Amino acid sequence: MNRLMWATLRRDLLLAVRNRTEVANRLLFFVLVAAVFPLGLDVERSLLQAIGPSVVWVAALLATVLSVDTMFRSDFDDGSLEQMALGPQPLTVLVTAKVAAHWLVTGLPLVVMSPLLGLFFNLPAHEIGILAITLLLGTPVLSLLGAVGVALTVGLRRGGVVLTLLLLPLYVPVLVFGANTVHLSGSGVDTTAPFYILGALLALAVTLAPPATAAALRISLN
Amino acid sequence: MFRALVNFYHRLGSPPHFYRISGRLAPWFIGLALVLMAGGLYWGLVLAPTDYEQGDAYRIIYIHVPAAWLSMFVYMCMAVAGGLALVWRMKMAEVMAVTAAPIGAGFTLLALATGSIWGKPMWGTWWVWDARLTSELVLLFLYLGVIALDNAIEDRRLAGRAVGILALVGVVNIPIIHYSVEWWNTLHQGPTVTKFDAPSIHWSMLVPLLVMAVAFMLYFGGTWLLRARNEVLRREGNRRWAMELPEAS
Repeated sequence: MNRLMWATLRRDLLLAVRNRTEVANRLLFFVLVAAVFPLGLDVERSLLQAIGPSVVWVAALLATVLSVDTMFRSDFDDGSLEQMALGPQPLTVLVTAKVAAHWLVTGLPLVVMSPLLGLFFNLPAHEIGILAITLLLGTPVLSLLGAVGVALTVGLRRGGVVLTLLLLPLYVPVLVFGANTVHLSGSGVDTTAPFYILGALLALAVTLAPPATAAALRISLN
Repeated sequence: MFRALVNFYHRLGSPPHFYRISGRLAPWFIGLALVLMAGGLYWGLVLAPTDYEQGDAYRIIYIHVPAAWLSMFVYMCMAVAGGLALVWRMKMAEVMAVTAAPIGAGFTLLALATGSIWGKPMWGTWWVWDARLTSELVLLFLYLGVIALDNAIEDRRLAGRAVGILALVGVVNIPIIHYSVEWWNTLHQGPTVTKFDAPSIHWSMLVPLLVMAVAFMLYFGGTWLLRARNEVLRREGNRRWAMELPEAS
């Protein structure tokens, strides 16, 4: 089971490395969305500081929604996903590995990139740190929930819009806790409790999302 | 007695039986709902006393609160049906899960609209990002997601099971969404006051409210059955039993 996990993870990471522009484009999208925002506003230092964390979080949300489809798409189209599902190995493990690979090439770069965006929005240093930590805890949840949505829609010819409709409401708690923890720390409140809650959301998603994804994939593969 | 009940339940799992039984039940549900609704509305709008704080404006409660209750109740029904569809692959459970979504979305929209109409004179604004309003709005989006997914999948059986999974994921999420929004709202506590938090409501106002709630529930039951009948025909229209229905000729 471990070998399956590592093999899938290695394969997906290798595919991502071979297709570097795709990965870079996601990151670029994330940075651009966040960078375009101040341009549309009357730039005022305090206003930027106030909306900064939320904008970064919404950009992360959109970047995930746009990229999450790649998790199963090519494997579904060329039939390899069906072969994997037919194998004796548990589909849940395979799904977990694929989600992990997606997070490593999408979520993690967003976390690494977020301090730069924090600077765009004039966030103070400790808020930038908090923002990065919330993203570190929150983006895996986005990938995990995204996997469920993709598994449900991967069989559809035009699943993109439906996928967005499915995912954004499910992302509300992560967004609320993610962005507001940064706001909270800005007003000097201790942020331990929200961190615990984000951690709890992550634990819940790690346990429940992979089996749900596997079940949904079996329906889509039919 | 128990055996008979189990028997009845199993027979409902077969589309022709369901079609026959639901055809007989639905008019009763709707009829009873209409009678109770007429009575409840008269009681609530005319007989019930005026609120000393909100005047007559509070009377929208008799539509608003039952709609809000039903919006959550319907989601639970949909998730239970979805779970049955996934575990036992029952055709009828799939039908029930799929057909509950538009009704639930309707109740949610009604709750939001009446809430906003009520909010205008009470809070001075059509919309506040209050915890309950926001989670009701997210609930509406969840319903719309279910409907979109159902419409996007052509194979009806697959659509039923996909909706089941989505409904179950949503059920896990609804409490989390609710509490996250509540937490977020208490951070931003604005000038609004949630008047509902006063726990006691006088029985003369409560009884018509409960009558309306029962009426809404019966109405939901009736429309659910009718929608499910249509969906059954849509799926099984070219089966022999459907061709031989008296209304088919």
